This record gives sequence, structure tokens and C-alpha cells, in this order.
Amino acid sequence: MNFSDEFVQVDGCKTHLRRGGSGAPLLYLHGASGAPAILPFMEKLAARFEVLLPEHPGFGLSEEPEWLENIHDLAYFYLDFLKQLDLNGVTLVGGSLGGWIALELAVRDASRIKSLVLVGPAGISASGVQPADTFLMSSEELTRNLFFDQKIAEQRLAAPVTPEAIDLELKNRHTTARLGWEPRMHDPFLPKWLHRIEVPVRIVWGKEDRILPVAFAQEFKRLMPKAELHIVEGAGHLPQAEKPDVFCEIVCK
Amino acid sequence: MPYADLDLEAGRRNGTVWVKLPNKYFDPEKGHKLYNRYLDELEYAEALGFDAVSVNEHHQTAYGLMPSPIVTASALARKTSRVKIAILGSALPLRSHPLMVAEEHAMIDVISGGRLISGFVRGIGAEYHTFGVNPTFSHDRFHEAHDLIIRAWTEPGPFPFQGRHYNVQYVNLWPRPYQKPHPPVWIPSQGSKETIDWASHPDRRYTYLQTFSPVKVVARYLKQYRDTAKGYGYEARDSQLGWSLPIYVGKTDEEARREAKPHFEAFRNVFVKMPLEMLLPPGYTSRESLKNVMKAKAQMFGDVTIEQALELGLFVCGSPETVRKNLEGYWREMRFGNLLVSCQFGTLPGDLTRKNMELFAREVMPALKAMG
Repeated sequence: MNFSDEFVQVDGCKTHLRRGGSGAPLLYLHGASGAPAILPFMEKLAARFEVLLPEHPGFGLSEEPEWLENIHDLAYFYLDFLKQLDLNGVTLVGGSLGGWIALELAVRDASRIKSLVLVGPAGISASGVQPADTFLMSSEELTRNLFFDQKIAEQRLAAPVTPEAIDLELKNRHTTARLGWEPRMHDPFLPKWLHRIEVPVRIVWGKEDRILPVAFAQEFKRLMPKAELHIVEGAGHLPQAEKPDVFCEIVCK
Repeated sequence: MPYADLDLEAGRRNGTVWVKLPNKYFDPEKGHKLYNRYLDELEYAEALGFDAVSVNEHHQTAYGLMPSPIVTASALARKTSRVKIAILGSALPLRSHPLMVAEEHAMIDVISGGRLISGFVRGIGAEYHTFGVNPTFSHDRFHEAHDLIIRAWTEPGPFPFQGRHYNVQYVNLWPRPYQKPHPPVWIPSQGSKETIDWASHPDRRYTYLQTFSPVKVVARYLKQYRDTAKGYGYEARDSQLGWSLPIYVGKTDEEARREAKPHFEAFRNVFVKMPLEMLLPPGYTSRESLKNVMKAKAQMFGDVTIEQALELGLFVCGSPETVRKNLEGYWREMRFGNLLVSCQFGTLPGDLTRKNMELFAREVMPALKAMG
């Protein structure tokens, strides 16, 4: 499956956007590590949907706009993005940080959204459990902690590291810190407004998630009782990467 | 002001004494003795003829027991009568309200009759981890807090202040500072172009203080300050430049090195040490600076022996004659107007600290003062 590669200008920000497949629109919002490559799950989704894969302002090849100061800025940015591209009936999929953006967007205006799929989303706190402190992890430690299957981590770590990849990693870390350093990867005021999300919500969580432990999934379920909860066995923080078939089945169902 | 009674093995095992070294290793009874010992030493500096005593701010670490330099500076303001008291410095972005800093510094200035030197810093990277303050806003918060403090010290109140981070309807400082227009401001730094450009700007001309760095690095940044000042159209005075480093004076070179070795190495290889991710969180420095540090990682994050430190000029140690000659040479090269001597470092005990202070004051200081 070929993904096209382009830049779109939204809110004054030159934004990197890849698209693949055809069908109803699916907007994928990536997590803190960005979306440097087209992964197998994206290709599988492109068999059913027109997949839109932007890199958030401040990440990857997208610009770093002056106005980007907090997560709410990205929620409004993606509302403008949906409007500018005139997308309707969108399946909005967000992983981790991207799941948090999806939630912030949907509490504001879900009129262009058909359903929401959240993969190990950040965005809330839960008593008695803390997200892992990824900012104190080296790049290698982080990679190991992302996956349940350490063979995948080994493969990723064995890949050659280019200077460009280091630049992008530092850029992604910087923007992640800007958005989620404090309060750590959540918005204390978000739970007050989650009831505004009336479209169907599916929450997907890796049972062995070491970044945002699965206890967060239970807290989401408590806050959004109508949401469907799917716990994926044998997967860490990225079930979409570790169990692409299981994940795509949940999205396509 | 290190926790010199630290179980060094525990510090080594933990990899760092910052952020996550469990505070069960702090014994308040030992702490009580240490605080009073260090304050006695600082007071003794006045009797020995030092021009100033200085205190600094570090949080949640065995490296330094002064989360609030205000507390130590306040005690010194009452116990001393002649020396300047330098707060080097208050970590502005970590404080929730800069007006508190303006007030506390003004109080010490008034109580001491104008003996305060104010220093402003951003706090080190580790402290953004401990305090939760967002490091990507560190520069913004620093500059805005600084502007609010200087205006609060100098402009007639009440007046409103509207910023991005701080908003006050009535800025109206009681007390106003004793010194006119305000206490001198010093900027301690490990060296960065941004800091030098800002500190040397003609609107400020703040004293720039290079802290604990190899002498080549000190020389480079002090020269950069002078060059930047020239670029702004003025000649920097020597008093605008300072260097802060540990120094140990013994009766002979051999004695000095033998006495200082375990304590200096504990300082450098246990108290100062931390991983890269802790030292430089995202946004604390530019990404270019971060990449330069990543390249020099092995050198910066490995252990350094006293011999290597002397080679690098990270530490000055020896007989009075050796120390005097070293410092005279450095002064001729750099003409720093202010030399801040850490007479105590790491685990250096009270008797050696006092001996060091006495030998330095008697045998080294007069020659340095004679130079300017």
C-alpha cells in the first residue's frame, strides 16, 4: 500500500501529512514518539479506510509553531484541520499522547467524528498509579519499556541511528515535554467534560503496558461507562504495533 | 553545603544523589550539626578578611542542603557586620511567585544595611524533575520573573504587572531594597551564549559567574562575555566577570593533594554526578547545546581523579605558593574581578575546611587583592 506524502498549511503551521487507502476517513493521531514510519497496522487500516496520518505541530517533519503551548492548542488545531480538509464521519484513532488529543478534541466538538478509538491514551490521572517517567529514560530504556515482546525492542534498537533520527527524537521529546511535563501527561480538568463525548468510544489497552499501566483503562471505563474496553494480551504500550491483527479487528468491527 | 555525612556507597549505588536518592539517608541530627558547622564557617570567613560569603539554592539532593538560600542568608545577615552576602542565586522559574523573591531579597538587603548581592539562576535540570516545573518554559519564566523583580525594586508602587506567567494587580513592595537603585545582580552559569548575551546587555551589565568548569571553558566564556560587550559598544569591567571553583591550600603540594583527594573525588564523582536525562531535560537548553553535551558524554559523565581535575583546571590545589602562582596566571589571562572560592567541597571535614580557609586568607588572598 502506497501512502502519499505532502505538507498542508493549517493555522499557519506547515504540517506533514501522509495518506493511504480509500474509503471512509480515518484520522490517526500518533503518540509521543511521532510517526516516523508507515507501520503494518496503518497499511492494514488503509485496506478499509482512507487513512490520514499527520505529524502533530512540533513533531517529526511538521513545523514548531510559536502558538503551541499546551494540549488544548492541538485540540483546536485538529478541529481546524478537520474543517479545512472538510472531513466528515471520521473514525478518530489516537495512541497515547494522540489519544489525549483526541479526547480534548471530542469534548469540544465531535460533529465531524463518527467514532473514537483510543489506544493506551494519556489525558487523565488515576489514584494509586503513575505513568512511567519517560523523561528520565534514555532512548534505549524507553524503547525497551514500550514493548512487551523484547524481540521487537531489540530489532528497533539494532536499526542504525542517523543524525536526522536523533534530531527528530529530540524535537519530539521537546514537544512532548511542552505538552505533558506538568501536570504529567494529563489535564486535571478533562474528566469534568468527558460526558460530552456521545459518539461510540472504544478503548484499547495492552495488558502489559509499562508506560501507562492498565489501571488507567479501568479509570477511563469508570469515567466513560458506555465505552467498550478491549484489553490486549501480550502487548505493551503499543498494541497497534505488537498485535496489529487484533488491533485492526477492533477498529474495523 | 553538601550533606557531608552521606553514605557515599549508597550515593554511588543509586547512580546520583539527585532527585531519587531516598531521603532516609538524611539524618536530621547529623544535619543539625552540619548546618551549624557550615554557618560557623561562613561567619568565620568574615573574621578572616574575605570580602563576601555566598550561598546557593538546590533542591531535594544530598549535593546541597540549602533549598532556601534565603534562610542561610538571613542568619548571616544578623551574625556578620561587614561582608557582602551573595545569594547565588535564587532559582526564579522554580518559585511560584517572583514577588516573594523580590520581597525576601529586599528584606535581607535592608536588614544587612545594603550588603546583599542578588543572584538569579534558572535552577539546574534535575530541579525541573523534582519540582515539576516545565523546562520548556524555563527561559520564559526566568525572564518574566526577572523583569517583575527589577520593576518591583525600582518603580514606585503600586503598579500592575501583566505577563504570560505572572499577573499582579498591585505591585507595591514593602520593604524597598536598601541599595540604590537595587542590589547588584550576578548571574551564575555553566556557560551558554543565551545567558551571556542577556547578562552582558547594556541595560543590565550583570556580573557573569562561570561555575565549576575546566579552566579552558572558563576562559572561553569570560572572553565571550567581553566580546559580546564590545559588540554592544562598551568595554566590560573586570568586576563584571567572576569564576567560582573549589580550591584547597595545604602546607605543601603533597600535603594538599593528599588531604583533598578523597573529598574532592567524592564531590566530583558522587555529589555532582547525574545522568544526562536528569541534567538536561527537554527545553532546558537549546537542542544544539544538548547534542554537544551528548557528544562529550563520556568525558562529562565519567569519573575524574584529582590529578585529572588539576590538569583540567577544574580544581586548584597545592601549597600557598602553588595556588597563588596558578591563580595569578589565570588572572592575568582572564582578569576576572571576582573569585569565589569553595573552601568546603564534598566530604571535606570541619578541621580541614578551617585550615584551608586560614591558609587561603593568610597566604593567598593578599596577593590576589593586590592584583585588583
